[in-house]
Amino acid sequence: MPKWFMPFAGLTAVMFAASPFVIASVRYESTMGLVQKIFYYHMPSASMFLLSAVVCGLASARYLFKGSPRQDRLAYAAAELTVLFGAITLVTGPLWARKAWGVWWTWDVRLTASLMGWMVAWAYLLVRKYGGPGSDKLAAGLALFGMANVPFVYISVNYWRTIHPKTSVVPTLPADMGMALWFSFVCFLMLFTLLLRLRVRLEEQRAKLDALYLSLDE
Amino acid sequence: MPARRSLGEGVRVAWLILRKDLTVEVRSLEIAYTTLFFAVSCVLFFAFALVKEGKAPEDGAAGILWIAIAFAGTLALGRTFERERQSETLRALLMAPADRPAIYVGKLLGIIALLVAAEIVLVPLVAFLFQAPLLSHPFWLGAVLLSGTIGFAAVGTLFSAMLVRARSRDVLLPVLLYPITVPVIIAGVRATAELLQPDVELALVRFWVALLLALDVVFVTLALWTFEPLMTD
Repeated sequence: MPKWFMPFAGLTAVMFAASPFVIASVRYESTMGLVQKIFYYHMPSASMFLLSAVVCGLASARYLFKGSPRQDRLAYAAAELTVLFGAITLVTGPLWARKAWGVWWTWDVRLTASLMGWMVAWAYLLVRKYGGPGSDKLAAGLALFGMANVPFVYISVNYWRTIHPKTSVVPTLPADMGMALWFSFVCFLMLFTLLLRLRVRLEEQRAKLDALYLSLDE
Repeated sequence: MPARRSLGEGVRVAWLILRKDLTVEVRSLEIAYTTLFFAVSCVLFFAFALVKEGKAPEDGAAGILWIAIAFAGTLALGRTFERERQSETLRALLMAPADRPAIYVGKLLGIIALLVAAEIVLVPLVAFLFQAPLLSHPFWLGAVLLSGTIGFAAVGTLFSAMLVRARSRDVLLPVLLYPITVPVIIAGVRATAELLQPDVELALVRFWVALLLALDVVFVTLALWTFEPLMTD
């Protein structure tokens, strides 16, 4: 583990522990009240969901065209994080929607595209696990399609008439709400970095172990 | 890696592969018959389940047409490459002095031709069983079906070619294909459903067709770009 890892992990834990207090200290949103506070976790986790899909796609592209196994391990780790943060997004979203829109789920463009991106990440993991030899390249191809979906999720709310709030809401937030949002955004970004590093390390050690077994056989 | 050849050479390779696939198919008609039979039984199941007292659910026909196309397409994709695998001809194809993207385009055109043939049978069948006025705007229906089929087949051809070497390829093809082609199916179903309305809003249909064409461009570009590294051992 690199030297920065433990202090960074500690800092992340402290910030996450503090985040409920930061969020509670912010004013209520005028129409939705308490339930709007889920936003402070929903939007950061959704951002990490899209970010990890992009990391996975970029690493996969580099793996496909350059063939570096490091990039492959990074892509694998990012795909798992896409599933994880996607799950958080897809749980917090409906919880908020139930109160704000009156329904758990609606086939809105952004919701549909997000679900699709999440399914692509699942498909990636399934292929890696059950595809047998050569599945790493197959999965990398899939990740590129998953990455192509990301800008679509991002812009969908601005181009379609949807029920989901637009991306332009964020800069118009009052100062205290914006502060709480960016605080949890940084929390999630740190968590993302930690998990990614940890997961890549696990894959590195797995690769080392495989190499050792191979040399033992020879 | 072979040096880049000219565009005309690529077109010729694609055409040769298309002609080869069609010749093989016309001789046995195996994929055409099995796929079509499967698609027709699919539509019949839905007709038994959903049509009550001669009335089909609203928009049902559009969804069922596309489900039948997607299922039949999955089957056809699997079989096309299974054939290449059994006789080890895919390896020969990849060793031939031709650009990989041209091989991909040839394969893609073959799949599209098969699916269009299936659609020619499926559309009247669905129209008949669900009493849907599918043929009232033949031009637009053709545009929707063709652009949707291209998008679906573009992703399908890439992944089924890659899956030739994988272990559980039959299971993995739908796992890979369906999440990615969801937007194609959504746009296709919405556009077809709009065409079934008593007074069709053509602007809406045009919008969905434009979306389908945009998806086609994205999918075909991505596939052409990745086919070469993906098919290299």
